[in-house]
Amino acid sequence: MSNKENISKKDQSAPPMESLEIGGALYATRLTNKFRNREFWDKPDVKKIEAIIPGTIQRIMVKEGVEVSTGTALLILEAMKMRNEILAPFSGVVRKIHVKKGEMVPKSYLLIEMD
Amino acid sequence: MSSNKKVQELKKRREEVQQGGGEQAIQKQVAMGKLTARERIIKLCDEGSFNEYDMFVEHEARDFGMDRKTLHGDGVITGTGTVGGRPICIYAQDFTVAGGSLGFMHARKITKIMDHSLKMRMPLIGINDSGGARIQEGVNSLAGYGEIFFRNTLASGVIPQISVILGPCAGGAVYSPALTDFVFVVDNISKMFITGPEVIKTVLGEDISMEELGGARVHSEITGNAHFFSESEDECFDQIKSLLSYLPWSNTDVPARKEVMEPLEKYNISEIVPSDKRQPYDVRNVIRAVTDGSDFFEVQESWAANMVIGFGTIRGRTVGFVANQPLVLAGVLDVDSSDKAGRFIRYCDAFNIPLVTLVDLPGYLPGVDQEHAGVIRHGAKVLYAYSEATVPKITVILRKAYGGGYIAMNSRHLRADFVFAWPDAEVAVMGPEGAANIIFRKEIASAEDPDKMRAQKVQEYKEKFANPYVAAAKGYIDSVIEPWETRKSLLHALDVSGEKSVGMPMKKHGIPPF
Repeated sequence: MSNKENISKKDQSAPPMESLEIGGALYATRLTNKFRNREFWDKPDVKKIEAIIPGTIQRIMVKEGVEVSTGTALLILEAMKMRNEILAPFSGVVRKIHVKKGEMVPKSYLLIEMD
Repeated sequence: MSSNKKVQELKKRREEVQQGGGEQAIQKQVAMGKLTARERIIKLCDEGSFNEYDMFVEHEARDFGMDRKTLHGDGVITGTGTVGGRPICIYAQDFTVAGGSLGFMHARKITKIMDHSLKMRMPLIGINDSGGARIQEGVNSLAGYGEIFFRNTLASGVIPQISVILGPCAGGAVYSPALTDFVFVVDNISKMFITGPEVIKTVLGEDISMEELGGARVHSEITGNAHFFSESEDECFDQIKSLLSYLPWSNTDVPARKEVMEPLEKYNISEIVPSDKRQPYDVRNVIRAVTDGSDFFEVQESWAANMVIGFGTIRGRTVGFVANQPLVLAGVLDVDSSDKAGRFIRYCDAFNIPLVTLVDLPGYLPGVDQEHAGVIRHGAKVLYAYSEATVPKITVILRKAYGGGYIAMNSRHLRADFVFAWPDAEVAVMGPEGAANIIFRKEIASAEDPDKMRAQKVQEYKEKFANPYVAAAKGYIDSVIEPWETRKSLLHALDVSGEKSVGMPMKKHGIPPF
């Protein structure tokens, strides 16, 4: 069965097997990079205000320690030529501002923490 | 008879046009490791078969000094030729002429050859190598793209449409390839994206190279936009010729028969699949064990590799294979693999290519990312595509066929014509482990030794349901076969379904979940 050896030889150069659990059973298999790099879900924290889109901090309208009410404009995130007003999602205190005016931020970057 | 002088003039004019963008521009093209547009066409077509159309077309742009510029062929070469002795329509954008930019006449040459290919029912091959819209021509250039996209859509499912990306293909230009059936890319040469690295950097601050953003590997492994990857242009042309050898020339045609051969002996079908359903194997070897000469021409090899799709022949006839791949992610259905299979099934159905489905899957991939990425909608594509397909549909259940995965993989319930199962097949609502945990939850929880009780209950369930006979007793499986009988069974199924005729309810078109 020399031909059969050829098949298994080809497999040897490939990455080793890992395992994946589906329906209570553990399967030996290969994982893909896309699978490994998948984003894990975190429970969103309403107190942490993150960038909804990559862009530039055009203006910051609040200071740390000030009290704001729901809907108060906190800062302006300019992206794709649009000035997005980022509003306070609830009434509370601005605890920490993590960005400066003119700063370029990626998506989901932590902008402001509130309490 | 034309005077000698006039013949000389024609020769001179031809020569001029054939120089494309001139010596310097050609040197640049060569330095980038690329062939010229004309070389590409000549290499792809049978020797001496290419007939050029519209060689002397000139642009009509007046603004921005364009009136003083001559652009040979307006940056694109179009015509007809033959591949494997059969006629095709082809166009190749010439990057040496104004960067292959698409102007009004450039687009009109392309739409003319597209109309020709649709009218004459022959495949269309488009070679893309262009800097994008010719900005000097303004909205006329956008009109050109729109006219191309419209024709791609009209021709979809009527004639095979092939896109070859041999240079940049950016902005709106990417949508012609995206609308065609198969996209070919070459390492280090192909670049496809909507917005390029410079724009992304300026607007978003993300620093990424062209290759990392939209190179051949990205589209072959991550996005799934490309179907065939190669290391060189020559290899790419060979792939195109191979692909065409499996296809019919239109939706009213059937693929040409290939030479009949037996599978190679080294693919011993009885020894490929391990009995232990948790052990992986390469399902492509099962395909090779049933095809003529063990030939398998795989489509989208590196993307969503948990699902294998591609062409092979069985006694000379082209067959489209769809198979779960236990070697990768245990062969689960997920967003990408559903997308991949769904489109391929519709392709085969449109072009009268019988489908052979090999089933061995544990179910759907669990995870928040999958649910939030819309695995419901994407998974539905597989159900839709199989249900809708009216070509002969044959299923072989190799091992596991659980739950929704069982239904989706061309089950009897979606109007499969033949369903075979191997003796190791487990057709059940879920795997024994999951089922035992649910059905015997109380017994397991209250047992003195829960693990022992669980193992016992798993075994009980296995013996009762993890086999092909429960489904066979209902006629959901037509016959349980030994692995070595598979090729014979497929042959038989194909033989008797040659005149298959089923109808669909009258409708303009369905609304697939895309």
